[in-house]
Amino acid sequence: MTLFNHIGKYFMLMRAAMRRPEKWGLLLRMTVQEIDKIGIQSVGIVSLLALFMGAVICLQTAAQIDSGWIPLYTIGFTVRQTMILEFAPTMIPVIMAGKVGSNISSEIGTMRISEQIDALDIMGVNSAGYLILPKIIGAVVIFPFLIIGGMFLGIAAGAMIGEVAGVISFADYEVGIQYDFRPFQVAYALIKTTVFAFIIVTVSAYTGYYTRGGALEVGRASTQAVVYSIVLIMITNLVLTELLLT
Amino acid sequence: MIEVKNVNKSFNGRQVLRDVNVIFESGKVNFIIGRSGSGKSVLTKCIVGLLEVDGGEICYDGRNFSAMNQLQRKEIRKEIGMLFQGGALFDSMTVEENVGFPLKMFSYASEKERKERVAFCLERVQLTGAEKRYPAEISGGMQKRVGIARAIAMNPRYLFCDEPNSGLDPQTAIVIDNLIREITYEYNTTTVVVSHDMNSVIEIGDNINFVNEGTIWWSGNREEILHSNNQELNDFVYASDFMKVIREKLG
Repeated sequence: MTLFNHIGKYFMLMRAAMRRPEKWGLLLRMTVQEIDKIGIQSVGIVSLLALFMGAVICLQTAAQIDSGWIPLYTIGFTVRQTMILEFAPTMIPVIMAGKVGSNISSEIGTMRISEQIDALDIMGVNSAGYLILPKIIGAVVIFPFLIIGGMFLGIAAGAMIGEVAGVISFADYEVGIQYDFRPFQVAYALIKTTVFAFIIVTVSAYTGYYTRGGALEVGRASTQAVVYSIVLIMITNLVLTELLLT
Repeated sequence: MIEVKNVNKSFNGRQVLRDVNVIFESGKVNFIIGRSGSGKSVLTKCIVGLLEVDGGEICYDGRNFSAMNQLQRKEIRKEIGMLFQGGALFDSMTVEENVGFPLKMFSYASEKERKERVAFCLERVQLTGAEKRYPAEISGGMQKRVGIARAIAMNPRYLFCDEPNSGLDPQTAIVIDNLIREITYEYNTTTVVVSHDMNSVIEIGDNINFVNEGTIWWSGNREEILHSNNQELNDFVYASDFMKVIREKLG
């Protein structure tokens, strides 16, 4: 019963958030701010993760194919497939759920307990739309760019570490990353990322918006935002993979 | 004028408001007083629409607010200014941005006109010079004054003040009280103040409504409250030693 209650409240909140904004210009300005907060300020952590993951996948694959039967370019192929299909579109959003999701939840939750949301409602401002819609648009717009950047960096890091560690030459790696390339897989990754961006923002906003109590509850809402987002990302990942790739 | 007619409100089967009937007159400072848990905050939240009533009507100058949908309510909400207990200032915005926020959202005034209005409101609450400061950088009393400036920015017809003096020293409390009274008389607003502070009630209360056990237990003016024979009201009003001294002096 509680689950259905949450689902109902979530969809009601989303309906309120999607209503026509009070002022389009203000929505645009706030969306740009959210793109900066959610996306640009996450470039560092996303780059770091992508670089190291690409390098590690390259070394691990090289260690596994230590026999002459498997061609060396398999390393490049594996790094590319892992980065495009799973690491960039799924693991980066999981990390972002921790960074961005907890931030959104605690920001909105603090506004709730300090009566700032009540103040918006009393003024006649659609508080859900004002607070949540720019974050949704911002995340949905910027996540694909972050993920594409992550893919490039991961694949490039694989090439660099392969050459430096002497496990694969640039030439072999290049063959690997071009081997059996299917552009739809990039589209699949971008579709997944966009859905995950929506999940992270809306679930985190939901937990924050309905926070009641004090600082303890804000912390709890923030934790719930991360946990629920990750669980939903995992379930949606399975569903989307089944629908789009099989 | 705000009329509350036969309003009822329950939470999980527990009735918090029962058949509340009260009129808040325009151009007067109307107080809602009562013990903690008596239902005065719930009543205020029902009046401003933060909570839905289970039954009854809330009319703003004859307009039945409780029967309206969200879009219709929006028009009335633009006529409401509210000062919150904790200020409820937007902490990511400066004082100037806080006061100018309702204007930015709902008026089509130019930036210059908005700035002039903000400057006027801040001057009205004696906060000229604090425009660029953030809520965290100013005192509690100043935050309350910014809250008042924000509440009056749109020239409200209805002004609600929730515990305007809580956490303030007596001198600052008097400044806030005087501001509320001046604004009420100057702009002929229907002002509703929720408070525990008997000093404020005696100082600026024109109409006083005592809420007890979820209903309006007693109503009257500040003269009448000091000479009432209502036992529950007297227990509340004369709970402090200071008020007991006043009662002795009044005989």
